[in-house]
Amino acid sequence: MASLVIDEVFKRFGSVEVLKGINICIEPGEFLVLVGPSGCGKSTLLNLIAGLDSISAGEIRIGDRVVNAIPPKDRDIAMVFQSYALYPNMTIRKNLSFGLETRKVPKAEIEQQIEKVAEILQIENLLDRKPSQLSGGQRQRVAMGRAIARDPLIFLFDEPLSNLDAKLRVEMRAEIKKLHKRLGTTIVYVTHDQIEAMTMADRIAIMKDGVVQQFDTPNGVYSNPSNLFVAGFIGSPSMNFIPVSFEQQERSLGVVLTNSKGQECFIPVNSDFVPGQRAVMGIRPENITDTNAGLGNRQQIVELESEVRVIEPTGPDTLVHVELNSTEVICRSCPEFAGDAGASMKLALDTSKILFFDEESGERLDGRLS
Amino acid sequence: MDSTSTGTMSLPQMIGRASLYAILFLFALYFLAPLFIMVITSVKPMDEIRTGTLIALPKAPTLEPWLKAWGSATIGVANEGIKGFFMNSLRIAIPAVLISTLIGAVNGYVLSKWKFKGSDTFFAMLLMGCFIPFQVILLPMARTLGVLGLSGTVSGLVLVHTVYGLAFTTLFFRNFYVGIPDELVNAAKIDGAGFWRIFWKIMLPVSKPIFMVTIIWQTTQIWNDFLFGVCFSTGETQPVTVALNNLVNTSASVKEYNVDMAAAIIAALPTLFVYFAAGKYFVRGLTAGAVKG
Amino acid sequence: MAELMRTAERSYNPFTILERVMPKLVVAPSFVAMLIFIYGFILWTVYISMSKSTFLPNYDFVGLVQYVRLWKIDRWYVACKNLLLYGGLFIAFCTAIGLLLAIFLDQKIRLEGALRSIYLYPLSLSFVVTGTAWRWMLNPGLGLERLVREMGWQSFSFDWLVNSDMAIYTIVIAAVWQSTGFVMAMFLAGLRGIDNSIIKAAQVDGASLPRIYLKIVIPSLRPVFFGSFIILTHIAIKSFDLVVVLTRGGPGYSTDLPATFMYAYAFTRGRLALGAASATMMFMMVMAIIVPYLYSELRSKANG
Ligand SMILES: Nc1ncnc2c1ncn2[C@@H]1O[C@H](COP(=O)(O)OP(=O)(O)OP(=O)(O)O)[C@@H](O)[C@H]1O
Ligand SMILES: [Mg+2]
Repeated sequence: MASLVIDEVFKRFGSVEVLKGINICIEPGEFLVLVGPSGCGKSTLLNLIAGLDSISAGEIRIGDRVVNAIPPKDRDIAMVFQSYALYPNMTIRKNLSFGLETRKVPKAEIEQQIEKVAEILQIENLLDRKPSQLSGGQRQRVAMGRAIARDPLIFLFDEPLSNLDAKLRVEMRAEIKKLHKRLGTTIVYVTHDQIEAMTMADRIAIMKDGVVQQFDTPNGVYSNPSNLFVAGFIGSPSMNFIPVSFEQQERSLGVVLTNSKGQECFIPVNSDFVPGQRAVMGIRPENITDTNAGLGNRQQIVELESEVRVIEPTGPDTLVHVELNSTEVICRSCPEFAGDAGASMKLALDTSKILFFDEESGERLDGRLS
Repeated sequence: MDSTSTGTMSLPQMIGRASLYAILFLFALYFLAPLFIMVITSVKPMDEIRTGTLIALPKAPTLEPWLKAWGSATIGVANEGIKGFFMNSLRIAIPAVLISTLIGAVNGYVLSKWKFKGSDTFFAMLLMGCFIPFQVILLPMARTLGVLGLSGTVSGLVLVHTVYGLAFTTLFFRNFYVGIPDELVNAAKIDGAGFWRIFWKIMLPVSKPIFMVTIIWQTTQIWNDFLFGVCFSTGETQPVTVALNNLVNTSASVKEYNVDMAAAIIAALPTLFVYFAAGKYFVRGLTAGAVKG
Repeated sequence: MAELMRTAERSYNPFTILERVMPKLVVAPSFVAMLIFIYGFILWTVYISMSKSTFLPNYDFVGLVQYVRLWKIDRWYVACKNLLLYGGLFIAFCTAIGLLLAIFLDQKIRLEGALRSIYLYPLSLSFVVTGTAWRWMLNPGLGLERLVREMGWQSFSFDWLVNSDMAIYTIVIAAVWQSTGFVMAMFLAGLRGIDNSIIKAAQVDGASLPRIYLKIVIPSLRPVFFGSFIILTHIAIKSFDLVVVLTRGGPGYSTDLPATFMYAYAFTRGRLALGAASATMMFMMVMAIIVPYLYSELRSKANG
């Protein structure tokens, strides 16, 4: 167990800057998830932590130790790779013991350690097989076993579940979480799957183009995203973004939503925007729903009517597509109250959950509605 | 095309199919004929050769020409047949193949898994060695061997073959190792293994196919070499190809074609054996060594 | 201060330093060997070709005199003309037969494996062995000529091997016999690499088999044509053993190729500078073909 500090880290490949000043700091035993779209530099950052690549500028500390110049083998870390990278010529037992043997751990101790790991991961019966004789899920377990056997300060995971089918992925997700509880080791976990990030992390770092967009708890990134990218990246279906402009009506400032039939609905805002200012309004699907949903505080609910374009039943919910301000908006409704396509439907919008973003920069504009 | 696998064929289809096979078998005959003629000629006595035709089967087969080719034919100034030269070829080929293959393996490992600044340039420069016509290095090489005191020696030829084999062996191994995931090497690095331990424990155990390909390629190249042999060896140290040429191109008055053919087959046996024993790797080497950059 | 500590940390362990330079250390000998034995020697040869050397190297620089002299020698001229003729025919026949055999073999032929090994085995032979065999078969008198006459065509005459106008074709025959299998193997690999569904789609569109091959399959083998052309050219320019064994460049010097010319001048006649000049010419021929090829290969690879 060790803390991890990533301090203003840059990485360049030739003239291409892949990481542009990363700052992340986690406590011992925390579960950090690095998430972001493909090519944003997650694996690169993980390789820097592991020491597989050299840092162009900045500093990485594991515990109290600056590890910039320390080779991977002396960093006391273990890593699980996306392709598992099991040594194909060795049995599973050998795979698990290779790192320990390299470190000259006494034989008896290695035996003991392997027994323990095999028991934790329930791979006792696989120990004498070769990797090619295992299923994807079993290989995944062995890859984790190899990391656990080493008992390192930090575990690094690079998209360990992306080669598994959907069902197995959900199972392994829970299992890794259990493992973390049991071992208490610091984990850095890379994924591009936001659900994995939300369900497993203590802290999430959302990256894009080599920059950390937000570093926060899962709840923080979900309910309090710092920009349009984060707001759109986390959550499924994605947050709705509706272009709006602020207007002064009677004595209050607010925004107007227009449905496809041209009916308008005014939503008052109580913070200091300027009339005429334009912005992007963000609202999650679950915060626009049927009027029967019983959203908490009645005072914050605005009701509006709209024509249903498409409905998508997902089982527990039905997603209703409507049009507001000429933008397609997805609402999450209870199946029994969802209207039919073409019909008109009454929607309830929870104004306390509305967020505003700058049109140009995508940054959060402060001041929620009240 | 798939219609062939269903049992029913129309008449034109059947005729087409039959001519397809006919052409393929004709070509097979064409490729086999020289070998066949060599073999039957090598067991005919000379008078049968003088009176019969190329493809007439031997009436009184004899191993005499083989024995003579091996042990007592006149090559150069000696009457000791081809056996000494055959041994020379072995003494040249075995060390040269082994050394160039091992160095190639390590080079390929570095150039694929431990790249450094300039390593790609090095590789590109080395590739040139696969393509130069060796005529362009013959004169300096002859001079260098002289300075090193290796002129006309077996060690000299071992050196030459090793050096000019490196480009190919490195190319083979590098291209093979590029296909082994970097993650495997990274995993081993994190497991604490260093340069050599990764090579021994991770890379070598999966390298059998490429060793086969490389060794076969190098064996064939070196065994069949004529140019280096004829330029850098004299008399007793000549490889078998040079000796065979001396035997065949002798100005002796009586040409013994049966002995020539026996000697040619003896000179060809090792590579033919390799080809028929491990043809798969042979072809893979050909097509891989052919172009890949 | 932090910078200082980091450097201190970097150099604390001599073992780590060794580990860090190990890759370079390992390839260093090969690198040096390459610089000397490939690049150094090429430069050396080029230099000799611009010197006064005859029997012994003489390093007096005389510029391009030797090249001027080279191109005035009839024998070199013949060698180059032979190379064009021999190379052209060799490449044409190998490619045509190789492609034909590959396409035929790709028709779900029974015995494909056996046939393929038969077509390919000549490749494992030395050109010296191939030359010996063909020299015997083409032997005027006892060889092919006798065989055909015995079969009834009494006036048949086949003296190419000793006919200075035709001898170069015997080299083509033997070389094609040896190398066709290789081209076939390359084409076969190319055919196997073609996406089968393209052919199926064309069949569904109603195209006939020959048309599919002409319009779809063969055009998509372009890289293979290109690659085998390069290699065959390379083989042709380097051809040496076969000529030596089959004809020794004769009759006269009618079947000389640049490679045998170079050997004769540099090693038997003791005209080092001229030999070096001819070697340099050969080198430039190969480079003229290889460099654009490698360049386009590497570029297409870089573009994905
Ligand atoms: N060795 C390298 N040389 C040059 N560019 C590289 C190198 N390695 C990675 N990159 C570039 O760095 C960027 C980040 O790559 P990285 O592998 O870290 O992405 P990632 O976030 O892990 O993506 P994915 O989700 O697809 O795995 C990419 O644009 C990639 O092209
Ligand atoms: Mg990645």
